[in-house]
Amino acid sequence: MSFINYSSREINCKIVYYGPGLCGKTTNLQYIYNKTNPEAKGKMISLATETERTLFFDFLPLSLGEIRGFKTRFHLYTVPGQVFYDASRKLILKGVDGVVYVGDSQMERMEANIESLENLRQNLQEQGYDLDKLPYVVQYNKRDLPNAIPMAELEEALNPTKVPSFEAVAPKGVGVFDTLKAVAKLVLTELRKGG
Amino acid sequence: MIQQLVMYEEELAQINNVCEILHRDANARAVLVIDKNGQSFAQAGEVDQLDVTSLSSLMAGNVAATGAIASLLAEKEFAGQFHEGEKTNVHISIVGQRVILVVLFDERSSLGLVRLRVRKATAELINILDVLVKKSASGNQPSVFSEITDDDIDNLFND
Repeated sequence: MSFINYSSREINCKIVYYGPGLCGKTTNLQYIYNKTNPEAKGKMISLATETERTLFFDFLPLSLGEIRGFKTRFHLYTVPGQVFYDASRKLILKGVDGVVYVGDSQMERMEANIESLENLRQNLQEQGYDLDKLPYVVQYNKRDLPNAIPMAELEEALNPTKVPSFEAVAPKGVGVFDTLKAVAKLVLTELRKGG
Repeated sequence: MIQQLVMYEEELAQINNVCEILHRDANARAVLVIDKNGQSFAQAGEVDQLDVTSLSSLMAGNVAATGAIASLLAEKEFAGQFHEGEKTNVHISIVGQRVILVVLFDERSSLGLVRLRVRKATAELINILDVLVKKSASGNQPSVFSEITDDDIDNLFND
């Protein structure tokens, strides 16, 4: 749920990165954090286990600049990808304005990709959202790995509704900002409709 | 369509006023009002040294997790939480099922006093929030966002 503050002339939106365990959601946020000017970002918070697996969420507040005199702020969240953290994932989807689904391009992660995507749709439904009506983009991460599945196959399996999709190598930043920009644009466009 | 929470000048001034009074009457270090999705919108007291954005996100996560625990235990919600530190204590409560009221306090105050003052502030905040919700639902307020153009959005992303 976007939050418009007419008093401080700010608009705040929430974007959630979703996907199977170890697909690179946290790596996306880390890259964005490392490459953003200090004045445009807040502290990145990671609630992770000792082995650096996301336990509850990662959080990164970003300022994108002004639009018609309103400061636009995006709060980026990741969910824990591991299957048994489903209760946490549901909580993080509350109030979401835009979703990035991060898929893992490796052949052996296809089943996990599909399971996670179904889980996303289901969890959104429980909160009263419809994935097909939300600002939503797909990112195929780990494109540099030798066992990466061809894009056409990934698109067929993970992007049947043909939303904007991006190839990525998150640790190197390939596709990371393209993905963020695409979802942020969709969120603002949706906001305009709602306004 | 995205659901929106909209904050207007008049109501924000009233909420800030409630925060100021609560801060003073409870001898608190700081008071924060946060929406349930983790957006902070009003503060009072010693907030300059606080990372309000991070605190708000974590408080909202905490309240959401506690709410989910309540529901697993067949409770409607746990209306309040208290964290005791060596120097700083935190009192967290949910106001009108919409926003989170956080009071940070130290040895200058006590849990009893904070609870008492929070109760009074909560009643006032509920009234203000009710007006706010009706106002944003009525749709009579001016919206600048309907005038946003594709160029405005594109310009945000010109590095």
